[in-house]
Amino acid sequence: MSRRVALEASHAVAEAVRMADVDVTAAYPITPQTHIPERLAEMVADGELSAAYIPVESEHSAMSTCLGAAAVGARTFTATAGQGLELMHEVVYVASSMRYPVVMAVCNRALSAPLSVWGDHSDAMAVRDTGWIQVFCQNGQEAFDLTLWAFRVGEDPKVLFPVMVHLDGFTLSHVTEPVILPEQSEVERFLPRFQYPFALNPDKPMTHGAFGPPEIYSETKLAQEVAFRNSKEVILQGWKEFGDTFGRYYHPVEEYKTENAETLLLTMGAFTETAKIVIDDRRDKGEAIGLISLRLWRPFPFEEFRRTVKGAQLLIVFDRCISFGLGGPVFSEIRSALYDEEPRPKVVGIIGGLGGRDMSEDNFDYVINRGKEIAEKGSGRMLETVGIR
Amino acid sequence: MADELTWKDLEVGNIITEAGNGSFRKTGDWRTERPILDKEKCIKCALCWIYCPDAAIKPSEEGYYEADLYYCKGCGICASICPAGAIKMIAEEEK
Amino acid sequence: METKTVRFGEKLVTTKEFLAEGHSFCIGCGEALAIRLAMKALGENVIMAMATGCDEVTTTPLPYTSWRIPWMHTLFENTAAEISGIEAGLKILVKKGRMPERDLICVAMGGDGATSDIGIQALSGAFERGHDFIYICLDNEAYMNTGIQRSSATPYGASTTTAPAGKFSMGQVTRKKNMAAIAAAHDIPYVATACPSYRFDLMKKVRKGAELKGPAYIHILSPCPTGWRYRSDLAIEIGQLAVQTGIFPLYEIEYGRYRLNADPPKLKPIEEYLKLQGRYRHLTGEQIQRIQEMVNEDYAKLKEKVAASPL
Ligand SMILES: Cc1ncc(C[n+]2csc(CCOP(=O)(O)OP(=O)(O)O)c2C)c(N)n1
Ligand code: SF4
Ligand code: SF4
Ligand SMILES: [Mg+2]
Repeated sequence: MSRRVALEASHAVAEAVRMADVDVTAAYPITPQTHIPERLAEMVADGELSAAYIPVESEHSAMSTCLGAAAVGARTFTATAGQGLELMHEVVYVASSMRYPVVMAVCNRALSAPLSVWGDHSDAMAVRDTGWIQVFCQNGQEAFDLTLWAFRVGEDPKVLFPVMVHLDGFTLSHVTEPVILPEQSEVERFLPRFQYPFALNPDKPMTHGAFGPPEIYSETKLAQEVAFRNSKEVILQGWKEFGDTFGRYYHPVEEYKTENAETLLLTMGAFTETAKIVIDDRRDKGEAIGLISLRLWRPFPFEEFRRTVKGAQLLIVFDRCISFGLGGPVFSEIRSALYDEEPRPKVVGIIGGLGGRDMSEDNFDYVINRGKEIAEKGSGRMLETVGIR
Repeated sequence: MADELTWKDLEVGNIITEAGNGSFRKTGDWRTERPILDKEKCIKCALCWIYCPDAAIKPSEEGYYEADLYYCKGCGICASICPAGAIKMIAEEEK
Repeated sequence: METKTVRFGEKLVTTKEFLAEGHSFCIGCGEALAIRLAMKALGENVIMAMATGCDEVTTTPLPYTSWRIPWMHTLFENTAAEISGIEAGLKILVKKGRMPERDLICVAMGGDGATSDIGIQALSGAFERGHDFIYICLDNEAYMNTGIQRSSATPYGASTTTAPAGKFSMGQVTRKKNMAAIAAAHDIPYVATACPSYRFDLMKKVRKGAELKGPAYIHILSPCPTGWRYRSDLAIEIGQLAVQTGIFPLYEIEYGRYRLNADPPKLKPIEEYLKLQGRYRHLTGEQIQRIQEMVNEDYAKLKEKVAASPL
């Protein structure tokens, strides 16, 4: 029988890692990720989890250690945030190119300078091109579910890509909510042990990480991109199996009250829950408005996304990051994804929630009102923001 | 050859599953000088074998150590360390 | 082939080549030789992690590899972290019954740059955590792969492309970082210096480092004809002179006890070593004298440590 327990989202992630019976975890502490490695270390110390917990001296080494462990066929996990993810960046790119199915939780955090330990999506956006499968969570249950699912998808021999599970620093990572934990036997049914097919072993010596001269580097990248896009099939299948086993179904683009919506608000991560309250309110008043959120960020779910926004006239994209000199990164990707569509909604982007700045219901009301105004009259501003003085 | 492969020919993660498949690479082309062994002088001490950076010197049936010119780059280490003076380097063009 | 080993008196050396023929190290490269000998000492039951550098680019141009052992490379500065994961991964898989128990040597190799500069943090971490692995530094005293730039292991007075000798410069003005001492400061079971010119000493140390439980560090001076600018046939002689002049003494530190492995009754003048190499050609008599003094000082310090070590 599954159990319903009160858990901090960070601990829900750790529970998923424990139930996945991970073999190696290497991590370096950074706020707001600390509760994940602390809990894992505790589990190993108490014998609840049979794993090597490696207290490495940096995030760069955390990911490098995971790669070494993955190369001999171990199930591996790490977690980081903000500066840690930036320090790790070089290795993050290698993990996907060498196709090691590491799972990593990222408790999204703003980037220095100035130093901020609080949440936004700048760290996530800085790694969007690294070739990891990436998903965003909105609550503690999702943090648990998607972490478990990440192992199922990443290690599938048809996939072999690392998976990043984003959860907002503090606004999700440190929030305690009821979470349904499944039976271990159910988890094992959903998540079988895959055998990594290229494990380093003297019986069949292989070379991992040969260098790519110009005659072949381009081919390696095309091969990677094709395999990455094809991983979508297993991503969807994984969610279907997850739903069939545990009763909760996930989708690349999550929809909320989108029937006949003329206006759509797009959010990612934990603020989606606040935005939903505003949508409820407006729906009650008869406004044809709905909300979508990107669950799957990479590979980008073009098809599902286009289908979802097809009937709408206006799409307002809320970004928690500035791509300097460009604007909201999600906004610009969304707009480009729709360029070839006919008809297509107008797309407006508004940035807020940086470095731990809260987004209230009023703030989302402003986002929607301002979005509509811009759609009608144009913006006239260099950058559209919310809640910034 | 690398420039004939397409993206479809590459293993997952560009892993090379055939150990030592680079051994076809012919480094003998690099040579400007080559070692000539005087078997009369050789005392079969194997120093030339153990000191060759290219593993190009191989033990022969008769117990000598001879350079495999497919690989030998012609560094001359063998000639310089041979205690019996049994190896001489000669210009590649020479017969 | 019948012959599996070559006999040197009592000693037998395998004819197997774990680093395949046909690699593209430069002509007469001492680093290639150091690796070849180290691999013969280690045998085939190894898993290797290697840093970016000459050794990696000369052996693995996709889709070809010169390695006949399981081998992994990812980046320049993370090799010690990578081998940590390999070692811990193997251990836990055995513990969880997912892999049969077997004797496997975890070996990491990197150049002096990968070891004493950019990768020193990861290496220090791996030593401190006590993983069971052997780390081999292939010290050719500069960043050779990228074109002979100075490293912290470049010796005083050597000219490199980023610390060149010139009208107002004598090249490197800093003292060579003592990486073996830094390794030893981690109180790991075994630290040793070696040089391919002393082939059996090198192989014995590599083997010992691999067999002792816990981290081992072997610092191998690897003469580089390209970067040191000497004739391609001189690697062995130069290595011998490095030891005989005392600029690169052969010693080991086993559980904290120092032992010299070659202690010539009288050190040769350093000039004999320097004069064979183009990287020192610009030095004045006075500068050579200064280097001689430094060598004397360092050698005396080392002998003090040896003398202070109980047998
Ligand atoms: C992060 C990073 N910085 C710089 C480089 C460029 N780089 C590659 S190899 C190398 C020098 C290697 O020197 P060393 O470790 O001494 O090995 P060697 O080539 O001399 O054997 C440098 C600077 C790199 N690959 N990665
Ligand atoms: S080093 Fe000279 S004497 Fe010794 S085996 Fe080689 S050729 Fe013969
Ligand atoms: S540059 Fe030096 S170390 Fe590198 S391959 Fe050439 S000789 Fe060897
Ligand atoms: Mg070097």
